[in-house]
Amino acid sequence: MEKNKAIISVKNLVKKYDDFVAVQDLTFDVFENEIFGLLGPNGAGKTTTLEIIETLRDKTSGEIIVDGFSVDKQAHEIKQIIGVQLQAAGYYPNLNLIELIELFAGLYGASIKPMDMLEKVNLQDKAKAKYKALSGGQKQRFSIATTLINQPKVIFLDEPTTGLDPQARRNLWDLITEIRNQGTTVVITTHYMDEAEQLCDRVAFVERGKLIALDTPDNLIDKLVASGFERKKEVKKANLEDVFINLTGKEWRE
Amino acid sequence: MQKYSNTTATLALAKASFRSIMRSPSAVVFTLAFPIIFIVVFGFLGGKGTHIDVGIAPGSDVNNPVTAMLEKTGMIRLVKNKSKADFDKLLEKGNVDAMIDIHKRLNSVAYSVNVVYTSASMDKGNILKSVLNNLFYNKTLKPSVAEIKESTVHGREYKTIDFILPGQLGFSLLSTGVFGTAFVFLSLRQTLVIKRFFATPVKRSSIVIGEGVARIGFALLGALFIITLGHIFFGFTLVHGVLTVVNMLILATLGIIVFMGFGFIISGIAKNESMVPPISNIVTLPQFLLSGTFFSIDAFPGWLQPISRALPLTYLNDAMRKVAFEGLNLWDVKFQIMILVIWGIAIYAVAVKVFRWE
Repeated sequence: MEKNKAIISVKNLVKKYDDFVAVQDLTFDVFENEIFGLLGPNGAGKTTTLEIIETLRDKTSGEIIVDGFSVDKQAHEIKQIIGVQLQAAGYYPNLNLIELIELFAGLYGASIKPMDMLEKVNLQDKAKAKYKALSGGQKQRFSIATTLINQPKVIFLDEPTTGLDPQARRNLWDLITEIRNQGTTVVITTHYMDEAEQLCDRVAFVERGKLIALDTPDNLIDKLVASGFERKKEVKKANLEDVFINLTGKEWRE
Repeated sequence: MQKYSNTTATLALAKASFRSIMRSPSAVVFTLAFPIIFIVVFGFLGGKGTHIDVGIAPGSDVNNPVTAMLEKTGMIRLVKNKSKADFDKLLEKGNVDAMIDIHKRLNSVAYSVNVVYTSASMDKGNILKSVLNNLFYNKTLKPSVAEIKESTVHGREYKTIDFILPGQLGFSLLSTGVFGTAFVFLSLRQTLVIKRFFATPVKRSSIVIGEGVARIGFALLGALFIITLGHIFFGFTLVHGVLTVVNMLILATLGIIVFMGFGFIISGIAKNESMVPPISNIVTLPQFLLSGTFFSIDAFPGWLQPISRALPLTYLNDAMRKVAFEGLNLWDVKFQIMILVIWGIAIYAVAVKVFRWE
């Protein structure tokens, strides 16, 4: 694996809505085959930034290159090499999972076996179920399956674990890690710092549309500690989530 | 990388949409159940109005006492000022129930009454026959009428179903086009399904065409079902058989495309799903009532008729009836088709302006 080769390069990205500036002069690179976390409070501009890279939204200024393609002129090419999971997106009504996968295969022009895709996210038992009938974790896994149909080079996951129970969350981490291990770059947003710490190779902190930090989770923590930061309470060797998992087991509840 | 195919994407969408429509209870109810209920009710109800249309043959004596007496009965409407050829056609279709020709007999003051009935409207002909017989034995009239000669032309029997079915077919196309399209695009937009589509390489035109193809396919299937049912169980007249059905389906396609335009507009102006039915009803109800779905628009008061004649469904219904019962071809109904096309252009011009993707 070649290290530090940028697959996404964002330069001086600005997005303005009338008077409101959602993204101000954002510059960062996402390296090939890493899990890149975009972190920050609600309204910081994470989703806007993702959607601009995904070619779903116009930018005000700046330059974005995805695998050599420019978002300005080669949106069509970019769409063919990326997979997108939107926050809270629905799926075509009245269709079962197999039929939905078939639909997306047609939309991407990919020839895949729908069942293989469902197996990747462990939903083969739900092949004939409607999307609406799935649990929260299953819905997210299905969304991820639809992002893999075109064998993308990069997938974008916008808060995939929000609202999931600890088992489903861990289960999704395994899935995301597996996808990365098979050679796909992952860009993810999340509000859970334990998740970012476990999952992400590098994280970018965004606040009010500005980049305020970008490094590996380890380095960021070390820097904070080096600056003299101390937790108020001595950290124990386990936390309450470990207790939860220990008590209720690791297997999926779906 | 494999070359991207817009056709594949469009077809995948059409297939998905068609499956979805077939499983949507409201689509099936509006397209099939309602029209079929009306057809069954009216099919069994049968019966027409109580008046009898009697044509006065050209060249008929105008000062005769017979027509005056006929008018007095109140149930007979005289149809005048048409040529012999026109009357022959009207008789054949049962649009007039009989034609009378009244002449003074040669070298006599008495009149000769020549009545032509039509097998297309035998029941009304029979009523007229008894009315005439009564008149014939009427004391004041008898001296002046010498004889009544009767004959019958053979025409196609025009049944209630022949009027009701095309109207219901038009209504089915209208509701499928308007409600279906409006709901689907609004809900796809609101549930971000369309946004997710935009993250794939699919073109916007593919989304619209795919949806359109599915809806047209569904509407035509419904139309075929309604026509077949009407033909088999209620004797709906198809003059040229399969050819007539094909012509009707071509008209249905044109109709559904025009009506889908209303749906696109509504999906653009409705803010949420609960706004779709009221706005859709504003479009569909007037057409349902005023476009000759249940009653011939000739039965409406004069001030209402111009409104009826402005609505697209009026022309679709009209064209359908002409093709199905009178056996006309599409070129014969080019006027109706032209009006529909003009409506289509106007509607889509508006739709392009108000339609919203996000």
